Amino acid sequence: MTLDLLVPLLFIFGLAIFLGVEVISRVPSILHTPLMSGSNAISGITIVGALVAAGEGHNTVSTILGTAAIIFAMINVVGGYMVTNRMLSMFRKKEDAK
Amino acid sequence: MKFIAEVFYLIAALLFVTGLKKMSKPETARNGNFLSSFGMLIAIVATLVHYNILDWTYIIGGILAGSVIGLILAKTVKMTEMPQMVALLNGYGGLASLLVGFAEFSRQFYDVTNPDVMHSIDLYTSITIILTVLVGAITFSGSIIAWAKLKEVMTGKPILFKGQQFVNAAILIAAVVGGVMFCINPADSYYIFIALIGIGLILGITSVIPIGGADMPVVISLLNSYSGIAACLAGFVIQNNALIVTGSLVGASGIILTKIMCKAMNRSLANVLFSGFGAVQVKSGSGEKGEVNPVSVEDAYALLEAANSVCIVPGYGLAVAQAQHACRELADLLEKKGTEVRFAIHPVAGRMPGHMNVLLAEANVSYDHLYEMDAVNPIINTVDICLVIGANDVVNPAAREDKSSPIYGMPIINVDYSRTVIVMKRSMATGFAGIENPLFYKSNTRMLFGDAKNVLQGLVAEFKKV
Repeated sequence: MTLDLLVPLLFIFGLAIFLGVEVISRVPSILHTPLMSGSNAISGITIVGALVAAGEGHNTVSTILGTAAIIFAMINVVGGYMVTNRMLSMFRKKEDAK
Repeated sequence: MKFIAEVFYLIAALLFVTGLKKMSKPETARNGNFLSSFGMLIAIVATLVHYNILDWTYIIGGILAGSVIGLILAKTVKMTEMPQMVALLNGYGGLASLLVGFAEFSRQFYDVTNPDVMHSIDLYTSITIILTVLVGAITFSGSIIAWAKLKEVMTGKPILFKGQQFVNAAILIAAVVGGVMFCINPADSYYIFIALIGIGLILGITSVIPIGGADMPVVISLLNSYSGIAACLAGFVIQNNALIVTGSLVGASGIILTKIMCKAMNRSLANVLFSGFGAVQVKSGSGEKGEVNPVSVEDAYALLEAANSVCIVPGYGLAVAQAQHACRELADLLEKKGTEVRFAIHPVAGRMPGHMNVLLAEANVSYDHLYEMDAVNPIINTVDICLVIGANDVVNPAAREDKSSPIYGMPIINVDYSRTVIVMKRSMATGFAGIENPLFYKSNTRMLFGDAKNVLQGLVAEFKKV
């Protein structure tokens, strides 16, 4: 029965992959390192799942696992965005620097 | 209420896409990163508001702990250490997905602290959970090995042993069999589930240890993709569109970078993953060597002084010698006297995609001076001097000329087509891949031996004398 649920999810998945390839192939190679750290930050979206697991309080095990997941996902989010910002702030043109 | 949360997830996903789109130009990239982080904030807040959160202590504690660790990592990491940082973040992303899958398993199926209650399980959930856990585990342990290799706490050399392919195949089969058993008969599945986590972790380790240090750019790109796929799978488990969309974006990004890196090394992904390149000591057609023309710093200065256009080709050796600032200073001095200066960056210069660009940007090299290999090669015969600093294999003409060379066919920066090449090098030792470089024996090549930083500072001093 729940296999029916899969169809719209796969639909979204397919379109998102297509969109991702289109958008990311336009990123120039000089920005590939910030792209990677930035996409690391974005993959911290797993935090959404972690928050649900930790917060709904169904049982101890899922609360502990969820909390651990929150910590690691949050390291990704905060670490990823901040280090990306740090790198991108170094990319300057000569005129801007002076 | 679910409707409102979904709308906010949609807004977050749109912000992520817009953010990535703005990464296409250095001018807008920072703004894009900001938009993307704002999207993340929206997604987190929407989740906290929408779901029936019973206990805030763990959530707040977890968020605070993760933020502080992330903040410290981001503030203290050195730019030369970025590959390790990204490897670590990939691993944490995989681990987070693994934990979410595990937590869902405990929540929906089987709680070890309350073993009498066993919930009914549907096929969809059991398949998605097991895939999330497997991919998450592979990403985590594989990234930790990649991190250890980059950090040089373990050998960068490929670790190979007899029957390795067989062992890997056996582990893979065990994972598939275990996965199927779990899905078919989830009733007594708890131990199978735990065993599968273990198998995933082992698979991550055994698949990364045979890959050499020089191939790490490919591996971290691939693991980057895995971390996205793991997040995407976790989205299938909890049926959350935000996770599916975002995970796919990251998955696509990692795959594109992997492809670019493979192309830049002229190797197939299968070749990188399974061949243990560098383990076999390769000897290329070394017959015709010839004379090298060593020059002094003064001679090199005279050559540079007279040049109208200079193209600097940096390699990771530049970063190892901590010579980025001296290099930028030299470039500034050349520019001041009217010389055209370009930096030509090979895609695999550095330890991860785009690494060299970040290192030069950190040394205040203006980004409009940074050129991709494909932009430089067509005009390289108009360049008076190519200054090769700490790069070797990426300028090796054997890739173009010598069919017996292991790097034959790899795209290189054709520095030997410029009028004069000055190669800055510590000694005549071979590069990362251990391959002879005929460039050093060409008639238009001058060898400038010494530590890159000292030599560059010497050149800067010569320019300042006048």
